[in-house]
Amino acid sequence: MFYMLLRHRDIENLNQIDTFLKEDGFEGFKKALKMDTTDVTNEVKEAGLRGRGGAGFPAGVKWSFMDNNNWPHYVVANADESEPGTFKDREIMESNPFQFLEGLAIASYAVGANAAYIYLRGEFWEVAHFLDEKIEEMEKAGFLGDNIQGTDYSLNIYTHLGAGAYICGEETALLESMEGKRGQPRVRPPFPPSQGLYDKPTVVNNVETLTSVPYIINKGADGYRKFGTEKSPGTKIFSLSGNVNKPGNYELPLGSTFRELIFEHGGGIPDGKSIKAIMPAGASSSMVVANDEALDTQLTYEDVPNVGGDLGSASVIVVDDSISLDWLINKTMDFFHHESCGKCTPCREGSYWMKKLTERIHSGEGTEEDVALLKDVATQVRGKTLCALGEFSTMAVVTSIERFPEDFAK
Amino acid sequence: MTKEVTLTIDGKEVSVPAGSLVVDAAKKAGIDIPVFCYHPKMEPVGMCRQCLVEIGRPAFDRATGEAVLEEDGSPKINWGWKLETSCTNPVSDGMVVKTQSEKAVKGQNDMLEFQLTSHPLDCPVCDKGGECLLQDLTLAHGSAESRFSFDEKRHAEKKVALSDDIWLDRERCIQCGRCVRFQSEVVGEAVLGFEERGSHTQIMTTSDPGFDSNFSGNTTDICPVGALTTAQFRFGARPWEMEATASICGECPVGCNTVLNTRRDVKSGGKIVVKRVMPRQNEAVNETWLCDKGRFANHNTDNRLLAPSTEWTDAIASAAQKLSAADEPVFVVDGSLSNEDLYNIKSLADEVGAKALCYSEAGGGALTTKSASYGKSGAGDAILVIGGNLYAEAPIFWLRAKQAVERGAKLIVATEAETRLDAFATTVVRDLKKGLEVAEEIFAKAENTVVLYSGDDALAQFCAALNPTSLIGVWEDANTQGAWEMGYEAVSDLSALKGKTVYVAGKSSLVAAALESAEFTVIQASEEANLVVGQTVSIMETSESVCVMLPSRTIAESDGTFTSAERRVQRFFSAVLPMGDSLPGYVITAQIAEKMGVTLDIDAEDIFSAFSDLSYADLANISVEESLLIGGTCYENEQGLGVMLPAKA
Repeated sequence: MFYMLLRHRDIENLNQIDTFLKEDGFEGFKKALKMDTTDVTNEVKEAGLRGRGGAGFPAGVKWSFMDNNNWPHYVVANADESEPGTFKDREIMESNPFQFLEGLAIASYAVGANAAYIYLRGEFWEVAHFLDEKIEEMEKAGFLGDNIQGTDYSLNIYTHLGAGAYICGEETALLESMEGKRGQPRVRPPFPPSQGLYDKPTVVNNVETLTSVPYIINKGADGYRKFGTEKSPGTKIFSLSGNVNKPGNYELPLGSTFRELIFEHGGGIPDGKSIKAIMPAGASSSMVVANDEALDTQLTYEDVPNVGGDLGSASVIVVDDSISLDWLINKTMDFFHHESCGKCTPCREGSYWMKKLTERIHSGEGTEEDVALLKDVATQVRGKTLCALGEFSTMAVVTSIERFPEDFAK
Repeated sequence: MTKEVTLTIDGKEVSVPAGSLVVDAAKKAGIDIPVFCYHPKMEPVGMCRQCLVEIGRPAFDRATGEAVLEEDGSPKINWGWKLETSCTNPVSDGMVVKTQSEKAVKGQNDMLEFQLTSHPLDCPVCDKGGECLLQDLTLAHGSAESRFSFDEKRHAEKKVALSDDIWLDRERCIQCGRCVRFQSEVVGEAVLGFEERGSHTQIMTTSDPGFDSNFSGNTTDICPVGALTTAQFRFGARPWEMEATASICGECPVGCNTVLNTRRDVKSGGKIVVKRVMPRQNEAVNETWLCDKGRFANHNTDNRLLAPSTEWTDAIASAAQKLSAADEPVFVVDGSLSNEDLYNIKSLADEVGAKALCYSEAGGGALTTKSASYGKSGAGDAILVIGGNLYAEAPIFWLRAKQAVERGAKLIVATEAETRLDAFATTVVRDLKKGLEVAEEIFAKAENTVVLYSGDDALAQFCAALNPTSLIGVWEDANTQGAWEMGYEAVSDLSALKGKTVYVAGKSSLVAAALESAEFTVIQASEEANLVVGQTVSIMETSESVCVMLPSRTIAESDGTFTSAERRVQRFFSAVLPMGDSLPGYVITAQIAEKMGVTLDIDAEDIFSAFSDLSYADLANISVEESLLIGGTCYENEQGLGVMLPAKA
């Protein structure tokens, strides 16, 4: 298996700077420092690297949106990893931190930022302390601070801990939280590349996205495009969980199939049960019917929608046939109600209403009308919320009722 | 000149300045898009999602930049799959907006249904009932039946005292954040906030004492539901039972435009009383705001002088006789009187060759007759606030100084003590002299310059020496400026009244001072002097030998005008019936004058026309001021914006 991101699985002690340096560490950054900043951005653009946080927006394009008439610029690494079923960024930060920091440094150089921040969810405080050490080591090695590698480029990286709110993974809520305000999404536009942190142009990229960057600069867009498909190049870490024999992170080229991931790598379904449904993007997913067509679908941004889902952050949750989906959506609704920030009406009130309905339905007290009402309320929330979280809360609800009506016919 | 943008809303073409929001453009076209969180005085936040509409934008060919046309030659419009909030989207050329399409109406109704799921619907006992946005929208568009299970409604605290003045009902709150944003954005005192999140989100106060702001009452106006109510009005009346009369606030010299809401009240023995004071929009004076001092002023005091010491005719005769007999009678007033009262007293004094004095601790009245409005001050301008405590003395002036800074004006605060204006000042000086020096420097480079001073004549002289565009005295009374305009002499020391026969008209504190020194006092007062003076009823028993007391009327009972410190002449109307046997002050004076062989007018409008180049009709003018009133409770100004006096040479 080829590792571009989880290289520590091949190389022992990669989270030690000496080892990292021996393994071509910071070569990408050094190369970038000799390049024109727009060339760095263009390389990433040509590589077709898409945001790994879930939205899949092309990273290079995002960088090129930075408003060059407004300074300073900032880069923020989104390490708020809190989608249920997602645990890839943590592994990167703990075991391959320098490659992530290198990617963050390259991104900062590309957009002319002299300060970069890593926003970590509050529960990651140990990771934050660990990263602080790594940042210091990087500084000592001459890859951070003033006049890096003899150039006139200077960069400092800071970690920032959130207070444990799912919504702060949404980039504008994250920025609000960093500014010391309530973690609630902003109205967009303006988007962060025109007005982000402290109203200054800001790139917010996911940890995994940034960790992919050094490889792109080292091997060029062409080298990166050797993996994955035309529209979804590169490799991706799949966080596999749920009813599967070997849950964990699997780095595979995009374009691998669900079947390969779940059965080849994940060891299939335990206890002789059979697969029923897949949530390809954590709790925010639609409930994909796990038929042969779905299992043979390629894991790419363009193919997963064909079977009624989204690749998202690729946190694949496997659901076997012993699970009744009325129970499962009660779980997701409990989560989304708990995490709704309360800023906009449809999410605040809708998540509460849906939670109450799923509770009632799951407890067996629900009626056919309640199921219809639940679907109606979920549909009513859709397309009207301030941010994507509200939207996400309805995905599993609507698709479960639509695609697995038997689970709600009790 | 701002560029105009033309768009189509519900088939109507409308042109608005570039940068306008869709919701405001629609308002201009006569289309009300329902809102809760949006307020035209604050930044849009798009939280409540009530104003969802369909927005289409013309399609452009990426390569050529040309507009894409339909087969019939009309521009091709791109419609997103989502509804958009009209409060956060700026207009653009060729935009097409549908506020009444099936999809848009469904979206708006969906939001309304969500708002109502856990709303208590206690409208019958809610102060806001009758002027509530949520109630209005529900009646207009809401479903008669709820799909939400009654048992699952969330409950929250219904009686939270945010301060002595403001109550919060957390169950009625729809988390629109208007109050929070008003305090942080408009006032700059972020004493309200949200706590908890999701469906547990609630409003809290972050200050100690709670809701520590002189502008707190405004949040009860802009609250789109009955979540915030004033302690004063709570359970006091239903909005539709009350009459609305235009008035001018008498608590300070800013001259805020108000409405007095009145109703016949059982608790007041069936009398018509003022139930609450509400702001009336005047963008040049108070916009849509009122300070708490003005809002919560007591208009229904029981401490009233109800009848003269003897029969009216005897009292008038006695006053006239004493004044005629006196060698050198003195006429002394304060700024609580209307221009009409002041004019008649001044006329009488002039006729008998007596001095007409206006009591004021602040000096410099003769210097402030070229003051001009500073409501629009901004970039390039400079403001000096010197002496006193503007936040307490004239809160809306304070607010406007803060806003001027936000628009780019320079602000110098020169006061001996720390003030709440310091936080917004460009320069803070704790020494008045130093402040004048700093101001001189900054004024030299400024376009329009304004001085707001609070102090004696000497300070006024120093301020005038700066030669500002506008010199504004922060007087203690609402109409002190009116007295200066009329030529009253300033007096701050009343020892000159010693042994004289004095005609005193004004507040009880002034009356008390006159009673202490004068030989005989003709008192024209609305308050019961003896109670306030702290003397016993004995003064009433012996009053005939030392004084004659003549009950006059309060602002709420009178017609008249005030001249604000900025020299805006504004009209107020009588809102309640007079108490007891009281008469308008100008009538009392005219009656005494008649006995003394001097004829004065007894009609407020005639008096006004006699001393002013203006007429009441001029004061009633309403310039083309765009109505900004979307939601919230504030009165549109239908009675006139008043007139700024031209600067005197």
